[in-house]
Order: sequence, then C-alpha cells, then structure tokens
Amino acid sequence: MGLDIRLPIGLMFSLIGAVLAVYGVAVPQKSQALGINVNLIWGACILGVGGLMLIAWWFGRRPAK
Amino acid sequence: MHIQLGFIDYAILIIYFAFVLGIGFALRRFMRTSSDFFLSGRSIPAWVAGLAFLSANLGAQEVIGMGASGAKYGIATSHFYWIGAIPAMVFVGIFMMPFYYGSKARSVPEYLKLRFDEKTRGFNAITFAGMTVMSSGISMYAMGRLLEALLGWDFNVSVWVSAAIIVGYIYLGGLTSAIYNEVLQFFLIVLGFIPVVFLGLKDVGGWDGLTAKLTTVATSQHYAPGTWSQSWQHMTSSASNPMGVEIFGLAMGLGFVLSFGYWCTDFLVVQRAMAADSMSAARRTPLIAAFPKMLFPFLVIVPGMIAVALVSDPASGFSLPSDGSGGIDYNQAIPAMLQHYLPNGLLGLGLCALMASFMSGMAGNVTAFNTVWTYDIYQSYIAPKKSDAHYLWMGRAATLGGIAISVAAAYLAKQFNNIMDVLQLVFSLVNAPLFATFLLGMFWKRATGHGAFFGLLSGAIAWLIHHGLTIPAGATTWVKGGWLASTPVHIYRSEMAQSFWAAIFAFTACLAMTIAISLATKRTKTDDELTGLVYSLTSKPRDEGLPWWQKPSYLGVVVLAITLVLNLLFF
Repeated sequence: MGLDIRLPIGLMFSLIGAVLAVYGVAVPQKSQALGINVNLIWGACILGVGGLMLIAWWFGRRPAK
Repeated sequence: MHIQLGFIDYAILIIYFAFVLGIGFALRRFMRTSSDFFLSGRSIPAWVAGLAFLSANLGAQEVIGMGASGAKYGIATSHFYWIGAIPAMVFVGIFMMPFYYGSKARSVPEYLKLRFDEKTRGFNAITFAGMTVMSSGISMYAMGRLLEALLGWDFNVSVWVSAAIIVGYIYLGGLTSAIYNEVLQFFLIVLGFIPVVFLGLKDVGGWDGLTAKLTTVATSQHYAPGTWSQSWQHMTSSASNPMGVEIFGLAMGLGFVLSFGYWCTDFLVVQRAMAADSMSAARRTPLIAAFPKMLFPFLVIVPGMIAVALVSDPASGFSLPSDGSGGIDYNQAIPAMLQHYLPNGLLGLGLCALMASFMSGMAGNVTAFNTVWTYDIYQSYIAPKKSDAHYLWMGRAATLGGIAISVAAAYLAKQFNNIMDVLQLVFSLVNAPLFATFLLGMFWKRATGHGAFFGLLSGAIAWLIHHGLTIPAGATTWVKGGWLASTPVHIYRSEMAQSFWAAIFAFTACLAMTIAISLATKRTKTDDELTGLVYSLTSKPRDEGLPWWQKPSYLGVVVLAITLVLNLLFF
C-alpha cells in the first residue's frame, strides 16, 4: 500500500523523542525512584527508535519506477 | 485521583493525533477499489500485519483490565497470554490461515458461506456485526469515563472527538489506516509502559523485592505465600487461588475453547492476516504477533502487581482509590501507576498510549464492521450485483453508520449500568461454540451446513442452560446466572470459573450436535467445491523457498518453546 508505515513511525517517534529529551534538559525532573532525568534518558531512547525506523525506511525504499 | 497535564503532555497528544489523521490523508489516494478499502488490497507486509493483529486485540480495556487482574490475582493473570492466546495464535497461523487466505474469502462469514451455507454465514455475519459496533460503543464509553475521572475532561467531548477522529481516518484510508494506527499504537504502548515497569521494579527492589511484598499481599488474604508470584502452583484447586479456577477449567475453558474461539474465528483479528501480501505472510502474521504477545504480561500485568505491592506497604505512600463499596478499585491500578512514576512529558506519552489503544480498539471494530456489513449483509441480501465503486461508497457510509451506532451504544451504556454485563453475556453466548464449527468445517469434509447452523444454535442453548443453572459466589442479579432454578445446581467460586465452564459446555454441545446432524443430513457441497476450504482436500502450503526464519512451522515451534520456558520460569 503506497505509504510505507516506517516513515510515519520514524518521524513521529523521532519528533516525540526529541521533544521529550529537550524538555528533559530544559525542565530537569528527577524521578522519585531513580533520581535520574527520565524524560531526557527515555526521550533519547525513543528518538533512537524513531531514527532506526527512518533508517529502515531509507534502505527499504522500493526503487523508483 | 486527578492527573494534571502540562503543556508538554498536550504537545505529545497533539503530535500523535496529527500523525493519525495525516496517515489517513496520505492513504486517501490509494483507496481506489473496495478491495483497497476493506482488505488493504492484500498488500500489507507480514510484520505490519503481525503487529496490527496483536494491537487490534490490545484495546485499552484489555490493558487496564490486565493491570487490574495483575493486582487482584498476580502473575497467574499471564495465563490469559501464555495459555489463553499463544497456542491458539500458533494454531491459526499454521493450520487455519491456509483456508482463510487461500479460499480468497473476504471475511470470516464469507468463509462460512463457501464452506457451509447461506444461513450459517448470515447468522455469523449479523451477530458479529452487531457485536462489533456494541464493543466499539463500550470502548468509547469506557474512554469517556476514564478521561472524565483522570483528567476532568467532559464525557461528551471525549466521545464525540474520538468518534470524529476515528471516522476521519477510516473514512479516508480504510483498513490500511486502521492497521497503520494499530502499529503506531503498539510502539506507543511498548515505549510508554517500559519506563513505568522499570521505575516501578527499581522502586520495589527488583523482582525479589516485588515477590517479598507480594508474599504479604497473599498471606494477608489467606492464600499460600507464593500465590501472587507463581502462575501454576496454586491452580490445583479453585480454593487455593484468588481467581477461583482450577486447572481443568483453566486449560480447557480458557486455554482451548475461549482462546481458540477468539483468535481463530474472530474476524476482527483474522482480517489483519487476510490483508497480508502473500500466503506465507498471512500465516506468519499471528506468529509474529505471538513474540511480543508473550512478553506483554511484563508490560501490562507487572505494573498491576507492583501497584498492589505498593498498596500493601504503608511506607510507600501509594494508594488506590476505593470502588465505592469498600473494596479497592483495581481498574485504577494502571492509571495510578502512570501518575505515580511518570513526570510530565512521559506522562503525556503514557496517556497517549492509553488513548491510542482505546481508539485503535474502536477502529478495529469499525473496520471489521464495515467489511462484514458491506460484503456479507449489504452485498448478499440487500443490494447484490452493484458496481465495485458502489460498495466502496457503502463501506464509507457503513463507517459513518457504525460509528453513529457506537456513539449511541456509549450513551446507552452511560444510561443503564447493567447494559455492559448484558452485552458481555450475549457476546459469550454467541462466541463460545464458534470454534467447534470452524474446527469441524476445516478438518472434516463431512460436516454439513445444517450441522453447522443447528450445532451453533445448540451450543448457544447449552450456554444459556448452563448460565441459568449456575451462579458465581456472591452474585446478586440474573445477569450473573441462576435464573433457571430456584436453587442453583452449582455455585462457582468466581465469575471467571463460571465463564470458563460455560464455554466448555457450549463447545461440547456444538461439537456433538454438529457431528450428529451432519451425519444425519446429506452433503450439499461436493469435494470439488470444498477444495481449498477443507484440510484433506487442500494441497499443503509449500514453504521450501523460504529461509528458515520465515517458515511458519519453525516459527511456531520457536514460539511454543519460549512460551514453555516462560511458564516454567514463573511456575
């Protein structure tokens, strides 16, 4: 089906991950259980997931007709 | 309990909804035929179909309900995954998909028409269509209530806005929109819940710390110390576990009848596999879904277990709201955990995951509804032999109609407390015997249309008789059973035990009656007509060209082996 789902997944999670990570830096919020900045750390992980999806999309593109 | 969202949380929700609608718009130009709209043109790659297969079942009620059960019953809740889903998913992929996909039927009812006859299809199509819009309405109601309680959002606004969004993306992109959003939802649930589980486990001192706290929970309710952290050891008698079930009812009722009945015959999930791009992809769809499925207990059940462990420890400062009658409202376990552990930002992501599951649960129902309505009811009985463009139009109209009925059902549920119980009753009544019909249909060429139809009716009647004669302990209304006898024939320890046994009776009655009536009636379909529909008359799918990790049989064995290991680890 025309649209490769990896593109929107990649874009959405890169965006959400980046927003969370930036927010984590700007407004450091210590989580009570860990004493670490979970928004920053997990935001970076989500950004990574989004990035991997974009890479998978890039290399999985069908050759242009 | 009230959650205060910040602008960052709203930002994440807005990003998500923008993508959801964006996907619908991007797909719009690819919806040219009814097959594009209802079947995604059979062009979905296996991994996408697999994740959608999983998510279509993972509505928010499921997530919240599993968290609640994790708190109420502990790790034994994972039976709903490890024996209540995985074996059936392997079975449908390896043994049943060749007939569903290979027959080119466009829906499960249509398979019944090809295999049996018109009345069996009509019965299945009409009950199924009715149930899907009702379920979608119940999801909508549950979401409205939850958002009202958690965020203070107005019930009407939640219902209408969610309805509008779902209409928007399905109207534009059909089944593909729904499938793509289910994949998004899968990632949201995984990414949104991992931090809760991680932080929660860290907080209670890891698995060992959790087990120690759960020992207190178990002994304070007069169960053996390991009841909350061992899944099998306390299943020998219905008195020794809080679920109130014993091993036979669990294995036969849940593990066989209910789970095979759902995963193998429910068009809502099967439709995802039917949209796959090849026979081998369709067969791999449920198997790919099985891998994350067996790990989901750690995402949705463990938070509930952590919640109840925290409640048992006064020093934690964590509590769950009361349910209004003195008990704990376990349904708040998941939302309370999100609120407890996630700071603004990740909290938005967690709520986004919950909302996404509500919406994709509704969307899944709506896409199954519009397909069955258009192909099995409208095209078959109301307006046959119209152009394909007409049916595409009908599919879009049915999307609107289905959502309108769902909204009505949501308001009905809000009005009448009992209606959800009654609907649950009807659903189980209709679903419980179904697997017997498919089993005989696919593996016994002698099964006839009359046999199938009257077998299904007998199964439903057996279910009703069982329900009328038994009650779960503490039941107060007829909806729970016991309306046929002044003194019930049997009192179950829990509703769960009653439903497992009701399923066993319905299945057995349907199986026996279908066999008996089939033997007594003439075959109406020749061997030729049944080719591709029955096991013995269909050439086996060949997997030779595939690498080993794409062979359904290999994947199935791997899935079952890992599930076995999980069961042993948490024995």
